[in-house]
Amino acid sequence: MKETTLRAKSSKPLSAYRLIQALLGALFAAYLIWRFYNVFLDGTPSYGADSWLRFAISGVVLGSVYALIAIGYTLVYGILFMINFAHGDIMMLGAFSGYFVFEALEKIPSPVIDNPNQVFLNAHPVISVLLAFIVGATVAAVSGYFLEKIAYRPLRGAPRLVPLISAIGASIFLENAALLLFGSQRHDFANPVQITRGEGWNIPINGEVVILPYTGVLTIALSILILVALYVLVQRTQLGRAMRAVAENKSAAALMGINVNGIISRTFIISGALAGSAGVMWGIHLGLVYHMVGFIPGIKAFTAAVLGGIGNIPGAMLGGMFLGIIETMGPAYLGMSFQLKDVLAFSILVLILIFRPTGLLGEVLSEEKV
Amino acid sequence: MFKRSFAFLSLLVIASIALTACGSSTPATQAADSGSPATSGNVIKIASQSPLSGDQSVIGVDIKNGAQLAIDQLSGPLKDMGFTIQLAPYDDMANPDNGVANAKQIVADPAIMCVDGHYNSGVQIPSSEVYHSAGLANVSPANTNPTVTTRGYAEVNRIVGRDDVQGVVGADFAASKGVKSVYVMHDKTAYGQGIAEFFQQEAKAKGLEVLGFEGTEEKANFDPIITSIIAANPEAVYFGGMFSQAAVMFKQARDRGYEGMFISDDGFDSSDAAKIAGDTLMAGAGTFYSTVSGPAAAYADTAKFVTDFKAAFNHDPQPFAAQSYDSAAICLAAIQNAIKANNNQMPTREAVAKAVRELKDFKGITGVYNFNSIGDPVVAKYFVIQVMSGDPAQWSANEIVQTLDIAPPAP
Repeated sequence: MKETTLRAKSSKPLSAYRLIQALLGALFAAYLIWRFYNVFLDGTPSYGADSWLRFAISGVVLGSVYALIAIGYTLVYGILFMINFAHGDIMMLGAFSGYFVFEALEKIPSPVIDNPNQVFLNAHPVISVLLAFIVGATVAAVSGYFLEKIAYRPLRGAPRLVPLISAIGASIFLENAALLLFGSQRHDFANPVQITRGEGWNIPINGEVVILPYTGVLTIALSILILVALYVLVQRTQLGRAMRAVAENKSAAALMGINVNGIISRTFIISGALAGSAGVMWGIHLGLVYHMVGFIPGIKAFTAAVLGGIGNIPGAMLGGMFLGIIETMGPAYLGMSFQLKDVLAFSILVLILIFRPTGLLGEVLSEEKV
Repeated sequence: MFKRSFAFLSLLVIASIALTACGSSTPATQAADSGSPATSGNVIKIASQSPLSGDQSVIGVDIKNGAQLAIDQLSGPLKDMGFTIQLAPYDDMANPDNGVANAKQIVADPAIMCVDGHYNSGVQIPSSEVYHSAGLANVSPANTNPTVTTRGYAEVNRIVGRDDVQGVVGADFAASKGVKSVYVMHDKTAYGQGIAEFFQQEAKAKGLEVLGFEGTEEKANFDPIITSIIAANPEAVYFGGMFSQAAVMFKQARDRGYEGMFISDDGFDSSDAAKIAGDTLMAGAGTFYSTVSGPAAAYADTAKFVTDFKAAFNHDPQPFAAQSYDSAAICLAAIQNAIKANNNQMPTREAVAKAVRELKDFKGITGVYNFNSIGDPVVAKYFVIQVMSGDPAQWSANEIVQTLDIAPPAP
């Protein structure tokens, strides 16, 4: 079906570009199949099933964090057509908030008879984790709100490059503010003892035991929950409808009685809250926070957003997941050195953009932008 | 509307001023200090360059403090000759770009006669090109990459050992412990990759199986690499690089169930390694590191230094603080010799550089120093140390497993 429409459209001869595309695709597919044979079927595989499961777990956890951050980029881009480069640093603020909540709760004694030294953090892990997420998301949301108000709103009418520079400036400001306030040392995230890092369910496979970490499962479950909630918010509620209307056409939305500035503020609040929760997850799962903790995840999530089709919410989720899995499993699958994981991730980004210039699920284009 | 954004802006400005006020001892404040004394004619400055901010600042700040203490205690004779000695601390942020930019400022200040510096070889190597072009003496308290001296610059000296020996010491140690297979990692810097390559060479020569050689700039999430290490199942993992990465990786590897031995280098020697990785360093087959700077107990003459340092700065000296004290002391002695040779007049930079190289049997607190023709110490000490406690306060109690005196390879 697709083939015929393609033919029908191109009554002109097949362009050289298309030919090269097809050739590249065929080569790549052949290489992947050859690798598949090499990795799984040929004699002694370099990694057993247990290693693949470990790769997969770590990829999915990383991917779900990327997805949460990527949505922040996509939401803002969808509405303002600008890349909010300070988004990763908003995530850092969320991570620090979660860290301070845990630190504080660790100081509150909550003795029971058989354990007089018990602290609140370990006595009420569910409340503690919830509190960390609430505080982290709130701090990040408030920062997102003020970031927009101070750094972006005054530049609303300016050419598109101007807020971009402002965003980079805001990012540097936030990183250095955190450096001076919290110091340059890495801070160890003190988890409740029930979700100690490195502990989890044991899965016996292939004669080895693979640990499915509690923190990883928590991360995946929470991000799925948040993503579903966000999807419902955007698709089913009044606010979501208003956001989509503003994304479509600001002046028409204003004529319909929508408070455009209010909606933009709320978008930043939502994207900040997402980044904040991602930051707390990062801290709980990986255990270290410092002033630059948001930088690399921020860049990666931006890549994920482009990969999935910027402006497109399900695209950002898919892109984040895809990038996380490529990064962890890709080098092993292709038999290359792990220091090339970023090279691999970006090569795949280029490849995908050659075939689908608007990302995996397509860019959401409004008329204003076209 | 305008008023409101103006209020926000002014708040922002106030906040940033308040923030900069928190950060202390930046080169900017130093520059402001140095302008005040009017006796500019006889002021001689010794510059220190080390990471004063960033995740390696624990060590870098004490390199500066060590130099400060040396100047406070040892500049008496120079004062009697009518010279004022000052320390000009610079923050290289463990970053080559910052190091070179600072180096340009340093050579532009004619009062600076000697540089006590750099913690990172990757920063020292490009920065010392600038010192070399200006004829400015540089005594390094910590840089171990061979290139630091093998360029043969007359100005560049160090008082510590070299990675082409240190990597070998690490590999020999692994072999002596009966390790049969090893996975080698590094941080892609001149220092880390260099030492990892020397380790790998010697490990192969000793018949160890090298199961992997990987560089990584990762700082937080080592999951994929750890999975591949666990799949390869080496008896030991070697990390050529700094504690800020190595400790995180070691901790995550233990969390994921790796039980083998960890070996690292002098970049691992910081109490912050215990702060990051804690008790995981003692689990499994334990954690060892080679170093060119032993704990204070390894040197006979450091007891007074440790007491004085504690009195002045309120904490135990980190590794390389004593070396930095000696580097600054070597600078002072050389400046003194150069002044004497110049009829008690201000010496030239070239004369100071020459005087450093010509020092005979200089007795510092970490040893007696003579430099060879390229600026390496004629004999350097190497240690292999085992981590004994996950408590950062107990870092200096780590146990010395081996002490070796080795001459550098012939220049």
